Amino acid sequence: MAAKKKLRSKKAAERGTNAAIYVVLVVISIIWLFPFFYLVLQSLRGEQGLATMYFWPKQWTFDNYIKLFTDTSIFNFPKWYGITLVISVVVTVVQTAIVLVTSYALSRLRFKMRKPLMNLMLVLGMFPGFMSMTAIYFLLKLVGLTQTFGLVGLVLVYVGSSCMGYYICKGFFDTIPKSLDEAARIDGASRHTVFIKVVLPLSKPIIIYTVLTSFLAPWGEYMFASLMAFGDQDYYNVAVGLKEMLNRETASEYFTRFCAASVIVSVPITVLFFWLQRYYVEGVTGGSVKG
Amino acid sequence: MTYPISELEYLKLNGWQKFGYKMTGFFKNLPTAFKNFFTKTIPALAIRFWLMIKGWFMTIGAAAKHGDWKTRMSFVFMGSSQLGRKQIMRGLLYLFFEVVFFAYLIFFGWQYLGLLGTLGTKVSGEYYNPDKDIYEYVQGDNSLLILLYGLLTVFFIVAFVYVWYQNVKTGYAAQQIAEAKQKLPTAKDDVRSLADEQYHRTLLSMPLLGLSIFTIFPIIFMILVAFTNYDDAHLPPANLFTWIGFDNFSTVLGGGISGNAKFGSTFGRILLWTVVWAFFATFSNYILGMIVAIIINKKGIKLKKLWRTILIMTIAVPQFVSLLLMSQMLADHGAINNILKSWGWIDQSIPFLTNGNLAKVTIIVVNIWIGIPYTMLMCTGILMNIPEDLFESARMDGAGPVKAFFKITLPYMLHITAPYLITQFIGNLNNFNVIFLLTGGNPIDPDMATGAGETDLLITWLYKLIMQNQKYGVAAVISIFMFIITAVVSLIVYNRSSAVKNEEDFM
Repeated sequence: MAAKKKLRSKKAAERGTNAAIYVVLVVISIIWLFPFFYLVLQSLRGEQGLATMYFWPKQWTFDNYIKLFTDTSIFNFPKWYGITLVISVVVTVVQTAIVLVTSYALSRLRFKMRKPLMNLMLVLGMFPGFMSMTAIYFLLKLVGLTQTFGLVGLVLVYVGSSCMGYYICKGFFDTIPKSLDEAARIDGASRHTVFIKVVLPLSKPIIIYTVLTSFLAPWGEYMFASLMAFGDQDYYNVAVGLKEMLNRETASEYFTRFCAASVIVSVPITVLFFWLQRYYVEGVTGGSVKG
Repeated sequence: MTYPISELEYLKLNGWQKFGYKMTGFFKNLPTAFKNFFTKTIPALAIRFWLMIKGWFMTIGAAAKHGDWKTRMSFVFMGSSQLGRKQIMRGLLYLFFEVVFFAYLIFFGWQYLGLLGTLGTKVSGEYYNPDKDIYEYVQGDNSLLILLYGLLTVFFIVAFVYVWYQNVKTGYAAQQIAEAKQKLPTAKDDVRSLADEQYHRTLLSMPLLGLSIFTIFPIIFMILVAFTNYDDAHLPPANLFTWIGFDNFSTVLGGGISGNAKFGSTFGRILLWTVVWAFFATFSNYILGMIVAIIINKKGIKLKKLWRTILIMTIAVPQFVSLLLMSQMLADHGAINNILKSWGWIDQSIPFLTNGNLAKVTIIVVNIWIGIPYTMLMCTGILMNIPEDLFESARMDGAGPVKAFFKITLPYMLHITAPYLITQFIGNLNNFNVIFLLTGGNPIDPDMATGAGETDLLITWLYKLIMQNQKYGVAAVISIFMFIITAVVSLIVYNRSSAVKNEEDFM
């Protein structure tokens, strides 16, 4: 009888903790979702101005979205969007190729300079990337790859050092059993054939991870994009452009439009991210514990 | 705790003590590690380098002594040894490289190489031309171009020396193969070998070319700029800049004055805040993210997937969007202040981003909002791997969930994810986006040099120094210091991650 009572009280305590946890989770969810909810609300607000004293908009409208694409005289949002999209696609293709190739070479091939090369990349990674950007900027400027051809320059900058991000991908290749390679090599396959026919088909998760991360990165990149455009509106990416919208002079007039633009930028990326989320999680967790 | 202790004693320690023991060990070993770096690593590298150079000269000497006329001719006309032995493709490639190199050097590189010592002497301006008796505008030297092209030429020369050596070596080797009456590899063999034995060359040539142009070259350029007076007062093409030795270093570390504020104290303050920020940003995310992961993972909690998905929203939405939005919401007349006012909770706006100290707190809190989901994702998988019986026995001994967290979960996680933690720390030291998009480094403090603000990190200060103040020399020095800081922290990564690799001793 006493034991039963104890069990029941234990169960009640358990239920109490769970209830408390649910409360915490709901509070957390509200905190996490509130800014995004607010963003959508503001993008549908008809009244202009930075912030209102009330929460719900008094006038509901889609004007902010429509004007983004029709009124492009001051802020050319469609162009920024196009630029960012093009950059993302090109960067994704080239960067994925470079990362895969570097990781394979460092994981599977054995050559004299392998260790020194990995150490070199480790040391190079410790320099603040931004400082070298001034040198790159002048270098590209001399060749004429800023502003007008800034797109090309920006792609080169993003892609140029991408082989240094080989860690996670190499970690994945390391886990593919070497016996597969050896079996293929005994059958007379060259190392190139092994890479294309044996290793790559087994690497779908890491390829998707690399594609996803390299596609997402240019969307939020501010530092280099602003440097390469150097104040010329026509060559902004969305991050630089949207920050420009919130300038002191234009902020109050364009805040609602900024919100609309943010929604347009975020929705496709968010959808893509959730669609491929599994691979992202695998990449992050796989890379973090190996060290 | 005394140091070192025996293996048996070590095994008796609990997770916390093991972690502490290793950290003590790390800091105790740090001086020795530094000493070893200078007394062992560098000499060892120097000896290896010396042996390599010696090997080169021996090969060249042997080729000069025993080589036939084809091999000897390749000393001047690269590729002739190969061409003479019907390795047409190799030979032509060497010859082509030589022609391109000398064309570059003669028509372009030479002039800049000569001026590298002074970085130019002729200032642009109007000069009197006695022949025509008029003043003319004369284009002077451009120090920046001289430095850039001069360095580029040095790069090319180094590459040329290497290729030239390869040319002599392989040419002599080809001669030896021919003398031994063996078959020389044909162009077809070479191509096939590039897909097999030499496959690493095929794969790595493009990535390494990119690395040289976009990382190595700029870094060396930056290190050189640190020793010049390249700033807003010496801006090419109107003005020249020149070598000034270690002056920039003493400016940053000591009494350099800019406006009415000292560089040294500004650097010190920003460095301090950078470290404080990195510490709090890393650990607050780590601990809180873990707790969130634990409560979502708890048995009996339903809708696990929904909770996780909600949190992951902050990863999925581009960071600049959420940061810009946050900066607007937290502004003095932003949404949060307005809502609080309309509820009657406050009369005056809370200066979330405009009061120095409060802004620092706000940044860390916003960073928690951004960072928790990452930690949660990473922890979820690992948490499930903690053996359940550890918790079971802890419960038997009467430990509550809090105690279990500090005695089991946290030590276990620290043990497994130390490398992640430290890469996070380094990432936060250089976290440009959060600071720049949230506060822009503001509020500005008049006591600090060059418009630095109270929330500026070294990296955002660097951005301001370059983009607004054009103090390139000083900025280069600061990035060298940042490199040193990162390198020291990375030493810990190596130490710790090798510990993780070698020891499975937690259980």
